[in-house]
Amino acid sequence: MLRIKNLESGYGRLKVLKKVTMHIGAGEIVTIIGANGAGKTSLLRTVSGLIPARSGEILFDMRDVGKLPPEKIVFLGCSLVPEGRQVFAPMTVKENILLGAYPQYRRKRGDQVRADLERVYGLFPRLRERERQLAGTLSGGEQQMLAIARALMARPKLIMMDEPSMGLAPLIIKDIFSIVKRLRGEGSTVLLVEQNAKAALGIADRGYVLETGRIIMEGTAEDLLSNREVQRAYLGRDLDAEESM
Amino acid sequence: MYWEPDKECLDREELEQLQLERLQSTLNRVYAHVPFYRKKFDSLGISPEEIGALSDIARLPFTTKDDVRANYPYGLFAVPLREVVRIHASSGTTGTVAVVGYTRNDIKMWSNLVARVLTAGGVTKDDVVQICFGYGLFTGGFGLHYGAERVGASVIPASIGNTARQIQIMKDFKTTALVSTPSYAMRIANTIREMGISVSALSLKYGLFGAEPWSEGMRQEIQDALGIVATDNYGLSEVLGPGVSGECRERNGLHIHEDHFLVEVVDPETLRPVPAGQRGELVITTLTKEAFPMIRYRTRDLTRLLPDACPCGRTGKRMSRVVGRTDDMLKIRGVNVFPSQIESLIHEIEGGGPQYQIVIDRKEALDEATVLVEADEVAGYDRERRKGGTADTIRKRLAHELGITVDVKLVGKNTIDRSEGKPRRVIDNRKL
Repeated sequence: MLRIKNLESGYGRLKVLKKVTMHIGAGEIVTIIGANGAGKTSLLRTVSGLIPARSGEILFDMRDVGKLPPEKIVFLGCSLVPEGRQVFAPMTVKENILLGAYPQYRRKRGDQVRADLERVYGLFPRLRERERQLAGTLSGGEQQMLAIARALMARPKLIMMDEPSMGLAPLIIKDIFSIVKRLRGEGSTVLLVEQNAKAALGIADRGYVLETGRIIMEGTAEDLLSNREVQRAYLGRDLDAEESM
Repeated sequence: MYWEPDKECLDREELEQLQLERLQSTLNRVYAHVPFYRKKFDSLGISPEEIGALSDIARLPFTTKDDVRANYPYGLFAVPLREVVRIHASSGTTGTVAVVGYTRNDIKMWSNLVARVLTAGGVTKDDVVQICFGYGLFTGGFGLHYGAERVGASVIPASIGNTARQIQIMKDFKTTALVSTPSYAMRIANTIREMGISVSALSLKYGLFGAEPWSEGMRQEIQDALGIVATDNYGLSEVLGPGVSGECRERNGLHIHEDHFLVEVVDPETLRPVPAGQRGELVITTLTKEAFPMIRYRTRDLTRLLPDACPCGRTGKRMSRVVGRTDDMLKIRGVNVFPSQIESLIHEIEGGGPQYQIVIDRKEALDEATVLVEADEVAGYDRERRKGGTADTIRKRLAHELGITVDVKLVGKNTIDRSEGKPRRVIDNRKL
């Protein structure tokens, strides 16, 4: 579905991503874990076309999207749920959701929008309850649901999520992640960027570990969970302390 | 038939993407964690960041057995020792041995790759597998053992020695698959004959052999004597142990587990890649090892990569059986010649295994090679005519195979000097 080869990008003179090579197969949940500043968000922003790739190749559905503008990439079926939700606070929940349907109108599939709205309301009943409420008044978890719902309205083949668990209570995180699993069950492919490595690896099929812009590890979620370096650096286990106990 | 069909039959393009991902992450890890590699890369002015294609691997330095020994015992480990759950050592005949380590994930990966080999050779969870490899520092015993358990077979860790007892176990425990070296399988076959046991009293179906070079003739003999399907498998401690590659039941070359190893075949002299399909030294880079990653390891094993897909459906490249070691290589008129090449040709033409000897002289700065072949004792005119014909055939075939002309002389039975027990294969009279 997505195939990235030797991708490099950055801001100004700063090179953030260094020869990143990775792929996501159709129907997979793949996670990218890494510390703050490792380049996770830059990677998603580059794939989305929000920052330009300096070199390398991004193939989405076997098509080179490396030079395309963001709206074109969304149109092709690759949507981003940005870090920090980025909902439009002064607009209502429903308005926010419908904004995500623009690509469907461009595809002349406007007639499906109503059914799609019902579908996301089915996934997030809370949003239906609050459809006339202003997005800015929602809780963090609700805003995250809204951001996901908005992305789903474009009917993406690949949905990329940037830190969906950030700042949320553990119970809400569980809800969000079970939605991610459900999306996959319904045929979506998910690229999940997370600092909460444990939760992400818990639902992912595979993962990549990004460190200072380089991929230092790749493997099944199961293997990464049992890798002690990953445990120590990203899963918050202090093995030295455990061993001296 | 397959152990991991989605991986063993991976589409070539997807495989190469995966290989590049894994190569790059392995390089990033060794550069960060193994001082040996960091120093070597730095001294050559190469950064892992410059490796953007699989072919770029040719820019990286080789690693040799001496490098491994020089870093005895743990110098090449890429993880702290507490993450290592197993330590093995290669069977070094001289000097210090090479020490290798495995994390928990490495052991899991290893077991899976050996399970692939066993499955390809016919073994299923319903089999009783007798492992006649040493259990110890040597990777053979434990490697095959974990793989056979992974498959779910009933595993008998018989280890080595006491052949009569091995056969007793084989008979009483109803062993269906024998795992050993090919020469030990021959020994078992001979002992069975000596003990007067009929092969039909045994339940053997499969034999999976490795850890030493063997020939197609030996395979035939073992298969006939034990009534089994015998497959070859390959591996070495420095890169994993058994499980690097293995034959399927087509028995036409060993499928390399390319999702875990990147292989190259190079000329052992120039260290440049040989033309596709040519014989040379196998060089292996590990793509998924955690504890003991290996970059461009010179195996010193001679093989070639085989063209054409295998009918079994696996997509990994195949290598021919290992035909010898680079240490045996001869340089005649600037051309690399391996005694094993000459041997397999003679066997192919003459059948069986006539004794032979390669004599090399230098006359007026020119190398001249003569191959002496002991002919069968057939009397009279026929013999003379046959001799001429055979010598000529061998000469032509050798010229074709080696690219240089060597003289071939048929000599009488037992005329090649055997004062050292068996004939010396090579007599090099050149003063180099």
